[in-house]
Amino acid sequence: MLEIKNLHVNVDGREILKGLDLTLPAGEVHAIMGPNGSGKSTLAYVLAGKQDYEVTAGSVTWKGEDLLAMAPSERAAAGVFLAFQYPMEIPGVATMTFLRTAVNAVRKARGEPELSTPDFLRLVREKAKLLKIDPEMLKRPLNVGFSGGEKKRNEILQMALLEPALCVLDETDSGLDIDAVRIVAEGVNALRSPDRAMLVITHYQRLLDYIVPDRVHVLSDGRVARSGGAELALELEESGYAEFGEATRGEAKSGAAA
Amino acid sequence: MPAVQETVARVREIDVDKYKYGFTTDIESVRAPKGLNEETVRFISAKKGEPDWLLDWRLEAYRRWITMQEPTWANVVHPKIDFQDLYYYSAPKSTEGPKSLADVDPELLETYAKLGIPLAEQKLLAGVKESRVAVDAVFDSVSVVTTFKEELAKAGVIFCSVSEAVKTHPELVRKYLGSVVPITDNFYATLNSAVFSDGSFVYVPPGVRCPMELSTYFRINAENTGQFERTLIIADKGAYVSYLEGCTAPMRDENQLHAAVVELVALDDAEIKYSTVQNWYPGDKHGKGGIYNFVTKRGDCRGARAKISWTQVETGSAITWKYPSCILRGDGSRGEFYSIAISNGYQQVDSGTKMIHLGKDTSSRIISKGIAAGHSNNTYRGLVSAHRRASNARNFTNCDSLLIGDKCGAHTVPYIEAKNASATFEHEATTSKISDDQLFYCLSRGLSAEEAVALIVNGFVRDVLQHLPMEFMAETQKLIGISLEGSVG
Ligand SMILES: Nc1ncnc2c1ncn2[C@@H]1O[C@H](COP(=O)(O)OP(=O)(O)OP(=O)(O)O)[C@@H](O)[C@H]1O
Ligand SMILES: [Mg+2]
Repeated sequence: MLEIKNLHVNVDGREILKGLDLTLPAGEVHAIMGPNGSGKSTLAYVLAGKQDYEVTAGSVTWKGEDLLAMAPSERAAAGVFLAFQYPMEIPGVATMTFLRTAVNAVRKARGEPELSTPDFLRLVREKAKLLKIDPEMLKRPLNVGFSGGEKKRNEILQMALLEPALCVLDETDSGLDIDAVRIVAEGVNALRSPDRAMLVITHYQRLLDYIVPDRVHVLSDGRVARSGGAELALELEESGYAEFGEATRGEAKSGAAA
Repeated sequence: MPAVQETVARVREIDVDKYKYGFTTDIESVRAPKGLNEETVRFISAKKGEPDWLLDWRLEAYRRWITMQEPTWANVVHPKIDFQDLYYYSAPKSTEGPKSLADVDPELLETYAKLGIPLAEQKLLAGVKESRVAVDAVFDSVSVVTTFKEELAKAGVIFCSVSEAVKTHPELVRKYLGSVVPITDNFYATLNSAVFSDGSFVYVPPGVRCPMELSTYFRINAENTGQFERTLIIADKGAYVSYLEGCTAPMRDENQLHAAVVELVALDDAEIKYSTVQNWYPGDKHGKGGIYNFVTKRGDCRGARAKISWTQVETGSAITWKYPSCILRGDGSRGEFYSIAISNGYQQVDSGTKMIHLGKDTSSRIISKGIAAGHSNNTYRGLVSAHRRASNARNFTNCDSLLIGDKCGAHTVPYIEAKNASATFEHEATTSKISDDQLFYCLSRGLSAEEAVALIVNGFVRDVLQHLPMEFMAETQKLIGISLEGSVG
């Protein structure tokens, strides 16, 4: 479903991804782990189409199409969704308004009619309830003054509403309390389906207890350094990233000096 | 190219050149000879069959005006205006006669229909009761029709063109005209006093709550014609009125001058709410053409506990020079100013307000949202002052600027003068940019760049939007869209 080949990406003239390969078949959930600065968020942003991430080599194919040729909103329409590590705040725009605009934009792009107000409200309430989001919160401006955990839950709410085919979750579990991790994981699991693929970026095995991945990839220094089954995450929990460490640390240092 | 710049580029291309109201209407008109001298003033006054006192008033203004210099303190640049190269009076020929709806040139009615102004009362009557708006339509220099007049008259409300009021209610006009903005006030106001063509007149008698929103639509049509309308609104003791003003003009290569004067008078316990959606032609993407909008708007809270509230949405004009102000003369009176000023292309906006606290326990509130895109320049200029006698004067000012792209400018110029130690003046100001990250967040949720900008800007102006009458709210949200996203529709 998603095919990443030899992906090289520069940010501000510095190479962050250095030949990344990854294949994500439909229906599977893959976890991506790896030390800080190894390029996990960079990969997520490149998939979503963020500007200033310059692809210098390689390809990304999504459902047989060249994903990199699409504009960000076209990717959203084609079913790509990124749950941000740091969701943005938009003052003055009610969360509900934002959700509705997004849902209708994606529906329009997919040739579906806009949802009527009552239909939309019903849908939001239902999804919010599953994620234990207080509907009152949705009247507040988008992410403004939301706690870290509320922001993350709001990301998953958007995901549930937009029903994407490729879900990329960038550290959605960071900042969540123990109960919230379970609630969010349930939300994610509810979306698992044979025609949907997920890429779950995380630092913690704990999330993978709930969202059991089909594969685990360890990113180090802009490449997939190792791949394995769900047990790989357990192993990393024990041993850390020591075996991948040297190269990354050296890179980080030179980066800091530059 | 970062997303913001790309958006700005696209906006510049689409929006500015697709000014929705840029059509002209083919209509025969009667014009005064080009240029300005005493004869022009006499011509205008004679055309309107004005009494001598008004002609004298105009002539006094004219004589004063020729001794005055154009103000240069505003943060705007434009070539020198040749005041002799303009027409000062232009009227559709067909309106020189009786003025009922049936007598109005169908071409004119069609123009207003194109502008989305439901002039025909039947259409309004078909709508919900609350949404009825009485309209006075001003075309070039004259008022062509005023709707709902009879129904308003039943409530005792006078709503007509100023020229008509001069004939039917001379005592009111004479008492209040120039009482808020004297003929000596400033270069443009003085010019207006000499040559003002038409505008709306409103009088709401004591204790009357005007039963519907009153509205004027101004349209400049004729070429090389200045529009100098004069609006006078009086709310007598305990009266209430809400007044909406909308404006459009065709696309023309030459700049056209618009210098209006609006005077509001609120007596004891009266309230006037004045809302404007200003959408004059802003010029093309190279900054060619567009309206020069030099307007003097002032409200006088003449009575105790009077309240005047200005709400403005400024999206048009090549140059906007405009400071709707409140003189808080009555004890316990209150002034408000809510403003959204959007500039794009090569537009220049220098706008703000003056809150002059003269009475005791007066309060004022200023919320200004400036949005600059393209190569535009957007300045907030505001004065808050407290007179020696104005004990316990209170003001709260909040000025926020939002920049889209990096070729535009936003400036805040607040003047504060407190001559009474008990005054409490608070001032807050912020400047922000739509960040690429915010835009990307929206794009990644499927919004187009235009939708994203419109959404973020609508969020930014929310505090002000809430103060607009229902009739204008939807229109404004759409206008913000058109001004900034370019999704013409
Ligand atoms: N705009 C930028 N300019 C320069 N370097 C950048 C920029 N953005 C990211 N980087 C660098 O790219 C590297 C990879 O960053 P990325 O955010 O992808 O790491 P990550 O694996 O997600 O880390 P974490 O686990 O901390 O979230 C880091 O060294 C980071 O400093
Ligand atoms: Mg990261």
